[in-house]
Amino acid sequence: MSANLSATLYLISGVLFILALRGLSSPETSRQGNLFGIIGMIIAISVTFLSLGNFTSGFIYVLIFLAIGGSIGAFIAYKIPMTAMPELVAGFHSLVGLAAVFVAISAFINPEAFDLGAPGSIKLASLIEMAIGAAVGAITFSGSVIAFLKLQGIMSGAPITFKGQHALNALLLILIVILTFYLCSTQSSNLFWILIAVSFLIGFLIIIPIGGADMPVVISMLNSYSGWAAAGIGFTLENTALIITGALVGSSGAILSYIMCKGMNRSFFNVILGGFGATAETKGDKSKEQRPVKSGNADDAAFLMKNASSVIIVPGYGMAVAQAQHALREMVDTLKKNDIKVSYAIHPVAGRMPGHMNVLLAEANVPYDEVFELEEINSDFANADVAFVIGANDVTNPVAKTDPQSPIYGMPVLDVEKCKSVLFVKRSLSPGYAGIDNDLFYKENTLMLFADAKKMTEDITKNL
Amino acid sequence: MEIDPFIFRLSIFILSIFVGYYVVWSVTPSLHTPLMSVTNAISSVIIVGAIIAALSGNEGVIFSSSSIYGFLAIILAAINIFGGFLVTQRMLAMYKKKKKDK
Repeated sequence: MSANLSATLYLISGVLFILALRGLSSPETSRQGNLFGIIGMIIAISVTFLSLGNFTSGFIYVLIFLAIGGSIGAFIAYKIPMTAMPELVAGFHSLVGLAAVFVAISAFINPEAFDLGAPGSIKLASLIEMAIGAAVGAITFSGSVIAFLKLQGIMSGAPITFKGQHALNALLLILIVILTFYLCSTQSSNLFWILIAVSFLIGFLIIIPIGGADMPVVISMLNSYSGWAAAGIGFTLENTALIITGALVGSSGAILSYIMCKGMNRSFFNVILGGFGATAETKGDKSKEQRPVKSGNADDAAFLMKNASSVIIVPGYGMAVAQAQHALREMVDTLKKNDIKVSYAIHPVAGRMPGHMNVLLAEANVPYDEVFELEEINSDFANADVAFVIGANDVTNPVAKTDPQSPIYGMPVLDVEKCKSVLFVKRSLSPGYAGIDNDLFYKENTLMLFADAKKMTEDITKNL
Repeated sequence: MEIDPFIFRLSIFILSIFVGYYVVWSVTPSLHTPLMSVTNAISSVIIVGAIIAALSGNEGVIFSSSSIYGFLAIILAAINIFGGFLVTQRMLAMYKKKKKDK
């Protein structure tokens, strides 16, 4: 296959990837978009085979390895529960990162295969691109592994901080630049290996100080990194499909991180520098006084909801932990039978990744046109009779609007307190990740339901 | 003077960032999780590089020091491609509209 033809086909597959993302602008077109993505991938892989024209025994092995990876991937995709989606995405990011590192290593060892010159005299531009691809890939890999371990609960979600952390990170970043510089002048393979090792270390150090609830930002950021790594390799291979895709994924992840940061009213650097939970906890301790709380049982909650004409449900990470989405939908079905209007309010940072709650509700067969974003629904709370908060906490805290001293001041929150009555399902009165008390607990019109989210929803349904 | 091909690639790259910017802003927030899983899948087009690396060995030596990395990268990227697209499809199939009948 001629170089021009294959370059054109790579371009087409890049365009198909753009259409794949474009399809996600609405659920109706999204499935078609996914199909475009798959076609784009098939084109890219076929073109690679055809342009290499190397159908020897090596080709058979490529197909075998492709099949092995493919079946592992397909198996995971069908088996994974929807609640584990954040872990899955973090895990997948780490694979992209590691694949980028491997391709870069291979290109470094055997540059002739990639048309980049001979070993020891690789073209300067290619060497820089390779170094960038490998470094970003390595950071993505080790960072995603830590994110995965934290999400999976293997590693504590609490931020790990130590003195001089930021200075060390900065030092290592400078070291990477220096290493790249010397790599270019000496072409030494030792330097290349050190560069990769230092990058692994940076990825690790960058993610350990970030707490569990900041995971939406971290996952989006790593998503972005995996894109930049792919783009770096794309430049090395002079491959348009890879460059386009890398740019798309890179900007996609960057936008998601931005949206997540805005949802918490924090700057990107504030999140990355980490240690949020640790500093906030000490502040919260001071105002610990016993305040009266009204608590109720499933019977009271059912009574309140039965007499309501509209109910707004506010789900949070706790719902995912308790796997309560199906029980919740059953409760809502019963409410709807009694002609009660029900809608769902989703805060941008509810859950552990962007859109986490929406997927869980979709899994439980909640129609997506009953689910609303913060801006769409916030004004409706004042007219609603009951707000049912299940597994959310900080995103409903009115302190964010009233107390400039509070660490979450300025964060957009759901105006739950404006409802006539609030039902708050929670296991205890303990504060959320930000370590601050939620004023909502002590309001006159709030009824606390201390129980496991799933069990409580089931009990309410029985009492309706 | 002839323009270095690198500049063309750079142009594609920069323009793609802008395309990505506008396309991703139009993605509805409820589909942000599928967005992440599908971007995951498409970024695994890095498999193109993995295949080139894997086939870089000559007839006699299929598994040379450089092609081994290619083969490993193929496995990783393939997991991502199949896993990413299939899990996206599984998620998107769940998004349903309200039924008209009551």
